[in-house]
Amino acid sequence: MRSTKNKLLLCFKWAFLIVVLACIYLPILLIIVYSFSGEPNIGGVNGFGPFTFALYKKLFTNSPRLMDATKNTLIIGVSSALIATFVGTLTSVGLYYLRKGKKAVNFVSEITVINADIVTAVGFFLLSIFLTRIGLPVEKGMGWLIVAHAVITTPYVILTVSPRLHQLNPNLYEAGLDLGAGPMRSLFTVIVPQLIGGMISGFALAFTLSLDDFVVTNLNKGTNGVETITTFVYASLRRSLDPAIRALSTIIFVIVLVALIIFNIVKNRKLYRQQKQQNFR
Amino acid sequence: MKEQKTFDRIIEVKNITKIFDDTTVIDDLNLSIKRGQFVTLLGPSGCGKTTLLRMIAGFTAPTSGKIFIEGQDVTEMPPYKRPVNTVFQKYALFPHLNVFKNVAFGLKLKKIPSGEKKAKGGTEKEIMRKFTKAEIEEKVNRALKLVGLDDYGYRDINSLSGGQQQRVAIARALVCEPKVLLLDEPLGALDLKMRKEMQIELMKMHRELGITFIYVTHDQEEALTMSDVVVVLNDGLIQQIGTPKQVYDEPANAFVADFIGESNVLSGTMLKDFSVSFLGAQFVCEDKGFAKNEKVDIVIRPEDIYIYPLDTGKGQLAGKVLGSVFKGTYYEMEIDAGGYEFTVQSTTEATPGAMVELRIEPNGIHIMKKLRTVNQFIGTVSGENRVDFCDGSFDINTEIGGVALEKGTKVKVFVPFDGVELTDDEEDGEIGGNVTHSLYKGTYYQVQVYSDTDEDFYIDTTDEWDLNDRVGIKLDKNKIRLEVIEEESDA
Repeated sequence: MRSTKNKLLLCFKWAFLIVVLACIYLPILLIIVYSFSGEPNIGGVNGFGPFTFALYKKLFTNSPRLMDATKNTLIIGVSSALIATFVGTLTSVGLYYLRKGKKAVNFVSEITVINADIVTAVGFFLLSIFLTRIGLPVEKGMGWLIVAHAVITTPYVILTVSPRLHQLNPNLYEAGLDLGAGPMRSLFTVIVPQLIGGMISGFALAFTLSLDDFVVTNLNKGTNGVETITTFVYASLRRSLDPAIRALSTIIFVIVLVALIIFNIVKNRKLYRQQKQQNFR
Repeated sequence: MKEQKTFDRIIEVKNITKIFDDTTVIDDLNLSIKRGQFVTLLGPSGCGKTTLLRMIAGFTAPTSGKIFIEGQDVTEMPPYKRPVNTVFQKYALFPHLNVFKNVAFGLKLKKIPSGEKKAKGGTEKEIMRKFTKAEIEEKVNRALKLVGLDDYGYRDINSLSGGQQQRVAIARALVCEPKVLLLDEPLGALDLKMRKEMQIELMKMHRELGITFIYVTHDQEEALTMSDVVVVLNDGLIQQIGTPKQVYDEPANAFVADFIGESNVLSGTMLKDFSVSFLGAQFVCEDKGFAKNEKVDIVIRPEDIYIYPLDTGKGQLAGKVLGSVFKGTYYEMEIDAGGYEFTVQSTTEATPGAMVELRIEPNGIHIMKKLRTVNQFIGTVSGENRVDFCDGSFDINTEIGGVALEKGTKVKVFVPFDGVELTDDEEDGEIGGNVTHSLYKGTYYQVQVYSDTDEDFYIDTTDEWDLNDRVGIKLDKNKIRLEVIEEESDA
């Protein structure tokens, strides 16, 4: 009697889990499936049509504007994430060794994380006008977008790097100094290597945020036609969406998936190696 | 052999004061350390010992004062230029490097004279070079061998046990051939057995290498076992410097006596040279040079008290055995005599409940000057029967000899130890503070409280107070005495 009740409960648990996961993955699944369909309209009168790589072919040969947008997105994403990682890491280290006002600075740097994007977007928009008015040659466009994205994502890097710093042995930096390394050398040969994990996470987060961003980008891309994937998709919605976007989305998803799997394998291997050595001692 | 400059004192600390956010951690401290010695800085936590070590290493700058290494003023010198290396409490190994690379870290940065000389601007300058790969490998392997980790070079730091990690930390510091090795409670994180092993190994290393060791610990046994010289610190002040035997046998004051080893600390009166009275009896002692009837602290080690049966006439004090515990090679007994509970160690047991006589030989009685006999503060008369001191204003009779003191008069305020009451609830007291020290003196406890106003209060109380308790301090106004400070009239 009791075991049937338990079985029922177990079934319900699994069913619930599957439904939730399905809800999460349904949109992605739809896009992946339809990336192999030649039909321009999803769910159109022609149905799925034959299985084909046509969209992938189209993406790389006959979608110049989408490819341009992808290129811009990558350039902005990588550059701004690099800047954010560098600045964010340095800031975290500075914050960690700050003796007074630590809390206040932390709070101030975190506000922008919670702050609504639209505020930041309008802020950057107005800032560019303001700077131009006072005679600084600021032009909305690629450069301005890189700066804006770096500014938005730096606090996220601080958030991922800081916890690692707090796990560090408090004497590590001093140990570097003690053994003859100057302050800069100690920072880069002793402290930074401990933060690599946090920096990679921070970089990935910053890059993803930049990739995703629409609000800030749309307001600050300028009039000379710098489009990213998000702004391009939005702009072409009014006319007709290039179906090659399905192929592009699938590629992005697969890249992220592969990166995640590799990251986990590397982590597990490291853990396994350590455990093996520990058993060995 | 190369030219050897001999500075007998390898490290000199002169008038060092360190203040952290209004708290004085080190107070005008002077210390010189001889070349080649194993010196231990010993004291309870918060006594300033680690701060002192960090100032010698260069991690913390003193608020005032100077530090010399081999006669050279290093006060302003950054740590990476000082000829000292540190072993940290929690090892502070570099987790991203393996054992070999951890040890090699310092060597890779080190520069040595290459033997060649270069004429530059009229003066000949030695060309410096780095160690070659082969030299580094040889030195690292030698250092690893010294700490018994020969084949561990390739190992990950995280795969090592605590004891092994500490050995790597020692090798990493020693491989740089420092003039002084600084050790900050290096064995604190190890279990007892490992600690004992490492103590012996460290002593061996010190003997073999001949370099000066400065060792920070709060473990008095460790200090007595390992050191040539023990520096006992408390409240940022040196309480005593001496060999382990000296600080044990002849403690300079009640603090040292209580902190090092087991001891019976009593209050007494020095009647004249070689004669002291306590617990209503008179004893012959070996100390002299005190004022007549001066109040003194007396320390008697538990092994210096002899027990005889009652009425044999051999003892000086009559007492009753309260309890006895066998400690392996001796019995430790609690004996109540004249209202004081003596701790006595003896190889023969006196049964609990038995009446006994206690005898203390003159060489078993150690007399010490009292650190302080009264709490003393500087205050100002702020009104009729009102005195301001310790950041507060108190109602105190301001008449001295029938004349009321004028407002604004500077006075010394004397508060006797029994003129202070401690309260459990901080709110009930007039000043808040933390208990920093408690010493059983037989019939009462002498408690030291560090107040929020940065003053030390000594209180005699029959209650026992726990260390670091938050307490309120209440002053008994009738027991407070004032004394006018004569204004210096020289212009």
